[in-house]
Amino acid sequence: MESIQLFTRQTKAISIAHRSLLIIESIPGIRYNEIVEVQLGTGETRTGQVIEVGKETTVVQVFGGVSEVDLQDSRVQYKGETLKLPVSPDILGRIFDGSGTPIDGGPPIVAEDYLDINGVPANPASRMPPAEFIETGISAIDGLNVLVRGQKLPIFSGSGLPHNKIAAQILRQAALRGKAEDFAIVFAAIGVSYDDASYFISNLEETGALSRAIGFINTASSPVIERLSTPRLALTAAEYLAWEQDMHVLVILTDITNYCDALRELAAMRGEIPSRRGYPGYMYTDLASMYERAGRITGREGSVTIIPILTMPDDDITHPIADLTGYITEGQIVLSRGLERKRIYPPIDVFLSLSRMMKEGIGEGNTREDHNNVFMQSYAVYAEGNYLREISTVIGSEALSDRDKIYLSAADRFERTFISQGEHERRSVEETLGIAWKIFSMLHKEDLKLIQEDYIKKYLPEPS
Amino acid sequence: MAITGRIWRVSGPVVIADGMRGSQVYEVVDVGEERLTGEIIALEREKAVIQVYEDTVGLRVGEPVVGTGEILMVELGPGMVGNIYDGVQRSLITMMEDIGDFLTRGARTHALDRETKWHFTPTVKAGDTVQEGDIIGTVPETGLIEHKIMIPIGIQGTVRNISEGDFTVEETIATLDHEGKEIPVTMVQRWPARKPRIYKKRFFPEDLLVTGTRIIDYLFPLALGGKAAIPGGFGTGKTVNLQQMARWSQTHLNIYVGCGERGNEMADVLHSFKKLRDPATDRLLQEKEIFIANTSNMPVVAREISIYTGITMAEYFRDMGYDVLLVADSTSRWAEAMREIGARLEETPGEEGFPTYLGSRLASFYERSGRVTCVGSPERMGSATVIGSVSPPGADFSEPVTQSTLRIIDALYSLDVALANRRHFPTISWLQSYSQYADSVDKWWTKISTDYTEVRNKTLIILQNEADLEEIVRLVGPEALPEEDKLLLLVARMIREDFLMQSAYHPVDTYSPPERSHKMLSAIIRFYDVAKEMAESGMLVSEISQSKLIPRISRMKDIPHDQIDDYVKKLRADMDKGLVAEQGGA
Repeated sequence: MESIQLFTRQTKAISIAHRSLLIIESIPGIRYNEIVEVQLGTGETRTGQVIEVGKETTVVQVFGGVSEVDLQDSRVQYKGETLKLPVSPDILGRIFDGSGTPIDGGPPIVAEDYLDINGVPANPASRMPPAEFIETGISAIDGLNVLVRGQKLPIFSGSGLPHNKIAAQILRQAALRGKAEDFAIVFAAIGVSYDDASYFISNLEETGALSRAIGFINTASSPVIERLSTPRLALTAAEYLAWEQDMHVLVILTDITNYCDALRELAAMRGEIPSRRGYPGYMYTDLASMYERAGRITGREGSVTIIPILTMPDDDITHPIADLTGYITEGQIVLSRGLERKRIYPPIDVFLSLSRMMKEGIGEGNTREDHNNVFMQSYAVYAEGNYLREISTVIGSEALSDRDKIYLSAADRFERTFISQGEHERRSVEETLGIAWKIFSMLHKEDLKLIQEDYIKKYLPEPS
Repeated sequence: MAITGRIWRVSGPVVIADGMRGSQVYEVVDVGEERLTGEIIALEREKAVIQVYEDTVGLRVGEPVVGTGEILMVELGPGMVGNIYDGVQRSLITMMEDIGDFLTRGARTHALDRETKWHFTPTVKAGDTVQEGDIIGTVPETGLIEHKIMIPIGIQGTVRNISEGDFTVEETIATLDHEGKEIPVTMVQRWPARKPRIYKKRFFPEDLLVTGTRIIDYLFPLALGGKAAIPGGFGTGKTVNLQQMARWSQTHLNIYVGCGERGNEMADVLHSFKKLRDPATDRLLQEKEIFIANTSNMPVVAREISIYTGITMAEYFRDMGYDVLLVADSTSRWAEAMREIGARLEETPGEEGFPTYLGSRLASFYERSGRVTCVGSPERMGSATVIGSVSPPGADFSEPVTQSTLRIIDALYSLDVALANRRHFPTISWLQSYSQYADSVDKWWTKISTDYTEVRNKTLIILQNEADLEEIVRLVGPEALPEEDKLLLLVARMIREDFLMQSAYHPVDTYSPPERSHKMLSAIIRFYDVAKEMAESGMLVSEISQSKLIPRISRMKDIPHDQIDDYVKKLRADMDKGLVAEQGGA
């Protein structure tokens, strides 16, 4: 800093060091939430943030914990700034850690601007409702749970389920139909294993997409507190590319469960009153401050689409992390252990999955005129088949009528041919709808109650 | 002289300022050099505890805190309808024009535009004596709302002069003489957000609030001036339900409070209201709508006040003699805002960390609904109806917000996750929902038909019996049931799929007027009666289920409004002819 400081921005008056908190005698001019540097007696420096400022005392949370802090020699230097990300078009193709420092061996970023990682809320009146279909090439998504630009659509998974494979497949395949536009991928690894993080990076490398991507990597062994800044850095980069560089940005945040656990850990250290299962009461607001950064703005070219991934502890969809996420996001893709056991990939549970933005993104001009009808009918057929499957385990399949048996085999076929597909298979939306129509052809025509007459004439193949 | 203090402590949205003696609780203050809007929520000697309606990042100890001498007011007058506000009534449209697409801090806007000229037509003349609440003139605010200019509460006098003309909200439209003093009257008045507006007398709600959603209007009716809640887990379509109500309800004015909810959804609401038309008048819906948008990423404290801002506006239009509907999505986010502030103040928490006053705050909010005779002349009645959504964590209705709400409201629309998974929309559960207004709106329904109560009761019984039979079916299979039960299952399914299911996206089905709903449901019940006779005379249900009439009943939903009369008439005539027996192919 060139300017002359009117007062000292440094103090040694630390009165308490406890877990990750320092309680320091206040000096004038400290800003709420500003960043500090803690210089240890050993010469090491750590970053921290002011979480409470008062006339007499200031509370600082130290990233990386207070081990080796002593009350004699350690000093605290106030930076006068909140956490910011340096941005320029050169950030594409780069990989950073959870504090925004490059870790790919490349040069530091020559910044055009420094952006506050917390972002600024978009004016609801300026937002544009998302409506552009993104073709992921995955039938269970494109056919039944459509993703649109500007949406936030999480993947609810469980330990050991192939959420990373699915996310990587979406990253490889996602495209807007018939348009070649500027798009970018931002990837945030939050507290995941080194292997998971490098799986994504090597995936991007193989497809040559790395030059259009930015990674922010906080692995399981990185500081816990940086799990809170990692997704925010990623979203700040995404917003910069979307709103300043007119790009369509797809953001993957994995794993939100690690994020929430970090939030809980740090809240407990501050001695806050916990809410459900020990998570802080403001977790909804905190998650919303990230997820809500998805969207489109009227009059701007770019968009931010967010796919958060979370692993539901004990596959419990009512767990606070999944629950609060579901309340904020516009639907969810839920993975099913039952389907996984049947060796169906991707094991997407289409009953629990939902895309709230679907209606806007399908139909003539977006996908195909019959899409909504096919969607409704597919659900009805699969639901009926599933119900009968359940009943037949009790009363035996002999007790079912012939019509019921057709439904039963239609549901099986739906799982085997529609939901199931290859990890590298990219289906166009026409192919996806075509598979559904083939399944419909097994049924009696009059059972296709949810499809308009003229579509039946046009699309229903001869029974095979 | 405004009181000026200094910031003493900052913790999240809560700021404590020193040197504030002389200020009052709930006074609005400007916090810091950026002049963020805050509200004093407690005073302790020299110190004031302030909740700040904007992000407090970057505030420093010692920055000034300046009192305004006023408590938080809602500005009331022409220019509100069609506008979009944040929780503290800043116009988001003005902010978009002035500061751009993102909400930076410290921005100020007037709630009502100061330049617009409104055409004022007096309804009183010089020499008349006027009291508080009296209507003295009108302004055509939109094609659907005639704004009645009322004498503010606490003011009276003899009209010295008043004239027709074009005025801005701040210009004097009339002057009154009162005890030798001259009182200028403008078109804008202010009212404290947290204080209910006064009325003469309150009545029990008894007129149906037509929502156009069949299951509500017919099975669990809501009355004008009533209070209702919609609890439901995520994915059950709470927001779509509320949007449908805000769209089609046959009230004079609707207020949509998006409290801590999704930005994209809010954008969708805002955009759709610019295109959709009111079925009764064919005018654009935004001509009868006020929006309050405080999305989940906007400051949490402004969420807390947004509900009060909304209900104050509702009461103001009620006082003009209008029927107003306020939709609040979601009261759980509102309660969470209270919890967050309570925790920052280190209050002793109640259940699940919510403040102990959660129940009383919720009750006093819902209690501001009602059907009343308004203060002032001419004699008039108005109503404010409140519907709040509740987002119970894990769809667990035993949590404090749902439970506190259930004790206050008189109609419950309980949303069912299982229905959502079956793609049955709306997901309002017919087994768990209820309405205390069913008896009182019976009189209203007699205008449409005399057998409303009978059809309604029959329907509810069929649905209840179906639920009981479902249990048995799961054990023994549907084939093992006696014929009469099979028939009941068939009819229950028709009621569910052909009456209760309603598509928010189908151009005809999205709004179903009560007459139409009645025709549809009584046709199904009629079918049941005829089919029962057939079954008694030996016909099998498997044969009845092949009847040509069944697909015709399913198609009722899609028949345009102007053709439904003939369609149902013909359908019923064919039923009477015994066509139930006639089986149809494709």
